Amino acid sequence: MSNSSSLWSDALSRLLKNKAAVGGAIILLILITLAILAPLIAPYPYAYQDLDLGASPPSSAHLLGTDVLGRDLLSRILYGARISLLVGFIATTVALFIGVSWGIIAGYFGGKVDSIMMRIVDVLYGLPFIIFIILLMVIFGRNLWLLFLAIGAIEWLTMARIVRAQVLTLKNQEFVLAAQAMGVSNFAMFKRHLLPNILGPIAVYATLTIPQVMLLESFLSFLGLGIQPPMSSWGTLIKDGVESMEEYSWLLIYPGLTFTITLFSLNFFGDGLRDALDPKTSD
Amino acid sequence: MLSIFLKRILLAVPVLIAVASITFFLVRLAPGGPFDAEKAVSEQVMKNLNEVYNLNAPLSEQYFDYMSGILVGDFGPSFRFPGRSVTELIMTGLPVTFELAIYSMLIALFIGTLSGVTAALKRNTFLDYIPMSIAMIGICVPTFLLGPLLVLIFGINLELLPVSGWDQLPGDKILPSLTLGFAYAAYIARLSRGGMLEILNQDFIRTARAKGLTETMVVTKHAMQGGLIPVVSFLGPAVAGLLAGSFVVETIFQIPGLGRFYVEAAFNRDYTMILGTTIFFSFMIVVFNLFSDILALWLNPRSRDI
Repeated sequence: MSNSSSLWSDALSRLLKNKAAVGGAIILLILITLAILAPLIAPYPYAYQDLDLGASPPSSAHLLGTDVLGRDLLSRILYGARISLLVGFIATTVALFIGVSWGIIAGYFGGKVDSIMMRIVDVLYGLPFIIFIILLMVIFGRNLWLLFLAIGAIEWLTMARIVRAQVLTLKNQEFVLAAQAMGVSNFAMFKRHLLPNILGPIAVYATLTIPQVMLLESFLSFLGLGIQPPMSSWGTLIKDGVESMEEYSWLLIYPGLTFTITLFSLNFFGDGLRDALDPKTSD
Repeated sequence: MLSIFLKRILLAVPVLIAVASITFFLVRLAPGGPFDAEKAVSEQVMKNLNEVYNLNAPLSEQYFDYMSGILVGDFGPSFRFPGRSVTELIMTGLPVTFELAIYSMLIALFIGTLSGVTAALKRNTFLDYIPMSIAMIGICVPTFLLGPLLVLIFGINLELLPVSGWDQLPGDKILPSLTLGFAYAAYIARLSRGGMLEILNQDFIRTARAKGLTETMVVTKHAMQGGLIPVVSFLGPAVAGLLAGSFVVETIFQIPGLGRFYVEAAFNRDYTMILGTTIFFSFMIVVFNLFSDILALWLNPRSRDI
C-alpha cells in the first residue's frame, strides 16, 4: 500500500501469469472491437430481410445461416453485441457511481449516518428487484435507457458494502488523519485520498458486475420485456432461437454460444483480477 | 438472541408496508386506464366498470381500501380475467410453482453440497477441479439457455423426456426441475467448498482429529455444521432467484404456475394482477430471508449468547 505504482505493476505481472484471465481478456477485447466495428464489418444490415430465402443453415453467403425472415445471423449477433455489451458497461457504471458514493459516505462519516445508510442497503437487499424492473418496464414502456438505468440502480448494493468496509479500514490511518488535520474538504478527501486506495476492489467488483448485468438484460429480453425488435440483443436472439429450435437449431446454438463464451471470459477475467490484486484471497 | 429475532421481524413489517404502498402508487402512475385497449364502450358501462374496480373513489380511499384488503388476503379483482379475483389466480398458480421450487432446491442442495464438500476434502485433485469447472458452467449458462438446450437434447433428439407440461405425462417434471436447480447447485457447490475449506483449517478440527475421531465423524459432526452456514444464509436470497427463474422455466416448459401468470400479466397490462403478485412475491421473499437469517444465526454458535 505504501507504493501504489508497484502494487499495480505487481498485480499486472500476477494477472499476466493467469492463463484463464489473459484468455478471457483477449476474447473480450476481440468482442468489443467487433461490436464497435459492427456497422463496417457486418455482412448485412441487421434488419435486412430476404423473405424468399427464409431460414437457411450456415453457408458461404451467410456464415452462421439466416433466421425465418432471412436475416443474416452473423450480422445480428454482431449488432446484438453492441446492445449487450453497452448495457453491461452503462448499467455497471450507474451501479458503480451509486455504490461507491454511498459506501464512501457511509464508511467515512460513520455513526448514525452509517447505520441508517447501511440499514437501507440491508432492507433493499431483501427485495425482489427483478420484479420491480418488470413493473417499471410495464408502466413506463420498454425504453432502452430506462432499462439501463433500472438495472444499474439495483446492482449497486454489494458495491456499497464493499466500499464501506474498505473505507472503514482506511479512515483511521495516518494519511487520512494528516489530511484531516490540514483541513482538506470532504470531497477532496474522497477523491484524492480514499478513492485511489480502494480502486482495486472496485475494479474487481465492477468486472464481476458486468456479467450479472448482461444476464439480467438478456433475461428480460428473453421474456419479451427488454429490447424490442427489430433491434436485437443476445437475449432476444436466444428467444428467437428457442422459438424455432426444433427445425433450425443453429438459430439457438450460435447466439447461445457467443453469450456463454462472453460470460465465461468476463468471469475468468474478473476472478483473475481479484486474485492478482488481492493475493490473500486466492488459494 | 430472541431480541434479535424480534427486531428482525419488527423491521420486516414497515418494509412490507412500504413495498405495498410504492407498488400501489407506481401502478396508478401507469399511463392510460385498464380498459383502453377494449373497443369503445358507453359512458354508463365505463362508469359501472370503474365502480366494480373501485376506481371512482378518491385515491386515498382506494389506497386504504386496498391496503386493508391485503390484510385479509384480498387483492381485488383481475382486470383481464373478469369474475376472477387476483387472490384466486395466485392460489391456482402457487402450488405448482411451489412444487417446482421444492424439487429444484432439493436437486440443488443434494448435488451442490455433495460436490462442494467433496471438492473441499479432496482439494486440488480432479475431484475438486471437475465439479468446480461444471459449477462455473452452471453459473455462466443462463437458465433460459440451459432449459431449451436440455429440451433439444433429451426431449427432441433423444426423445427420452416430455418437452413441456406439468403433471400431464410421466417424467415431465424432470427437465424443468433440473433446469431451475442447476444454477443453484453450482452456487451451493462453490459456497460449501469455500465454507468447508475455512472450517477445516481451524483448531477444533485438529483437536477432533487428534483425539482419534474417524474422518467421517470429523466431517459430518464437526466441520459440516459450521462449513455449511454460508449455504444456509444463501437460501433466503435464493428464493428471490428461484422466483425469477420460475418466470423463465414456466414460460419455456408451459407450466401453469405463478411465474407464468406474472409474465402474462405483465404482457396484458393486467394492473391489479401485477400489483397483487408483486406484493405477494415481496412478502414471500422478506419472510424467507428472515427465516434463513434466523436459521443461520441459530447454527452459528458464536452468535448464540448475544
